Amino acid sequence: MKSFSFKTISAIATLSASLALSAPALAKVEGDTIILGAAISLTGKYSTNGLHTQRGYDFAVDRINDLGGVKVGGKSYKLSVKYYDDESTPARAAQLAERLIQQDGVEYMLGPYGSGLTKAMAPVSEKFGVPMIEAEGASRSLFTQGYKYLFAVLSTSEQYLAPVVELAAAKAKAAGKEPSSVTIAMAFENDPFSLDVREGIVDTAKKYNMRIVIDDKLPADLSDMSATLTKVKAIKPDVLIVSGHSKGAATAARQIDEMTLQVPIVGMTHCEAAKVQEKFPAAANGFLCATQWVESSPKKDKYFGNASDWNAGFKKAYPEYTSVPYQSAQASAAVLVWKEAFEAANSFDKKQLRDAIAATDMETFYGHIRFSEFGNNIAKPMFMRQIDGDGNYNAIITPDDMVWPRKAQY
Amino acid sequence: MLFNLQILFDIAPITNIQLILDGIFIGAVLALGAYGLALVWGVMNVKNLAQGDFIILGGYIAFALAREGVHPVMALPIVMVLMAMLGWMVYVFMIRRVIEQDMFTSLLATFGLSLLLQQVMNLIFGPEVQVIDSHLPNYQLFNDSVTLPVVKLLSLGMVAVLAVLIVLFMRKSRMGQAIRATAQDERAARVLGINTDRIYAFTFALNAAICGAAGVMVSMIWVLQPFYGISYSLRSFAIVTAAGLGNLPGVISTGFGLGLIEQYTGFILGAEYQVASAVVMLLLVLVYRQRRAKRKRQVVR
Repeated sequence: MKSFSFKTISAIATLSASLALSAPALAKVEGDTIILGAAISLTGKYSTNGLHTQRGYDFAVDRINDLGGVKVGGKSYKLSVKYYDDESTPARAAQLAERLIQQDGVEYMLGPYGSGLTKAMAPVSEKFGVPMIEAEGASRSLFTQGYKYLFAVLSTSEQYLAPVVELAAAKAKAAGKEPSSVTIAMAFENDPFSLDVREGIVDTAKKYNMRIVIDDKLPADLSDMSATLTKVKAIKPDVLIVSGHSKGAATAARQIDEMTLQVPIVGMTHCEAAKVQEKFPAAANGFLCATQWVESSPKKDKYFGNASDWNAGFKKAYPEYTSVPYQSAQASAAVLVWKEAFEAANSFDKKQLRDAIAATDMETFYGHIRFSEFGNNIAKPMFMRQIDGDGNYNAIITPDDMVWPRKAQY
Repeated sequence: MLFNLQILFDIAPITNIQLILDGIFIGAVLALGAYGLALVWGVMNVKNLAQGDFIILGGYIAFALAREGVHPVMALPIVMVLMAMLGWMVYVFMIRRVIEQDMFTSLLATFGLSLLLQQVMNLIFGPEVQVIDSHLPNYQLFNDSVTLPVVKLLSLGMVAVLAVLIVLFMRKSRMGQAIRATAQDERAARVLGINTDRIYAFTFALNAAICGAAGVMVSMIWVLQPFYGISYSLRSFAIVTAAGLGNLPGVISTGFGLGLIEQYTGFILGAEYQVASAVVMLLLVLVYRQRRAKRKRQVVR
């Protein structure tokens, strides 16, 4: 094939450049549709959770549209989300934030999956004064940067496993011992999320004057923590806490099972994602798992009803889920916040919308949502669930709900 | 750190037995991957950066078979055959074209292969961590203070059998002799009528099969994730560089050594230094060799 002449190419280039320049960057509201923008991990290492997030967004958008959409200035608008795939890489996510805002003219953003990607996108949306409501970035460091346009509906990461320490203290008291006699062994992946989780534990342990006997950091490509667990076996602490996303939970469960560890309290994050109750039912019996949301929560809203109504509706829309991940629930909650903010501001101006979001004080099926001046949700607690012998996750509302010491059946 | 040393020597000296056992088990699997690398490196002068990804791929094939109800131990020969076929194909389509080129071309090519394998595994199996439960018992020794999982013992046995078979194969069979001849002098081998292209293809396929076997052990002992290959590649390179090429006893003993170093480092300094200890070991060996080479002038063979 003959190549195009230089003239043709330059003519096409000029033409397309001028078209691009003259095209109005006004995609935020098209006709009667409000466009929200999001970069989501559809490929790469976060693709499973990315999909959970996207489905949570889509489920809420469809429900709001079915119920008549969003009313602004007496007119009804439909919601729609423009997605890009960030390939699970922060650099791509930052690029896409720029593209959504500058090329596509999006002025209302939903967050990506995970703290790392949110951290990459937040400076961009902040620079352009575009509000972003995110549902999946829990790292505390997101809310110490002084961002004015970033809001998160979920609890921040230092709260994830702190309840485990509280529960240990309560159980020690009930057994007639001083909480300060409790010893804690812990292992955390060396990443921002897990180190935040660690901070929360250290603070709570300090409050009760408990002794931390093991404090290991796990590498990012972690597949062996037997050295740490050998130490646990030798020292016999009262509490073992592990956080390293789903690979940390899977590795810990596998090796706790192998070494038949009998620690009375074991707490971790991401049990559900790692499916520890299916793969290592004997060891996982009695694990305490942190979760942002439980489907038995009584909280409700006018869009979905209560938590179990949302759960049933979501399962109907996506029958492939046997149990719904909380990632989808919080994604739906973020869309609800946008909806109410549009109606409260009664405007499409991003500054006014930002103020409306900041003033949010609402109950949803996901829990209460009220933002601190830093943008994190301070009205919703973390929940703990304990795995029982049949692999069920039982919510722990008071310390009496907890089986202690756990009954691992090796 | 002092407290950890105190556990080892004072509070629970029995822990040493656990660490040594674990070190040997880990070392066996690492040695297997490293031996495959030494083979390809020595015979073809190709530094295979996709070594760890071959290992993980072998593990995923065992995982897929386990979902169909095949026990991982039974899956081992199947995985090795499949991986050998894959290795042969990779050689025919890719390695053959870069083998005559300079080192950087083969490094780049195998790095590309590594990325490709990672993404393909991610597409097929998803990014979640996967494990295989081998349903084998764990023995508790010394009053429940030392764990001896049968699965690790079994992998050690399988590694030993494979190592013996490989040594016999290289020493006794015509193919093994041809491989060694090609490694020593490729041109002379060709002059004497050895089809070096076939030897290369066979060597690369053998390496893939060995990696597959290591992968099956990894899937039974640890966890699988599409992006975990790099840590196995890194340790393979460290072992081969420290032990030298074409030196199976050296590779195996270095593998065991690395396993022990990793376990003790993880225990005393904390798990975050565990993989780092591989690189530190490599550094120390290289420094020692450099100093020795300076003292005694010797010809590098």
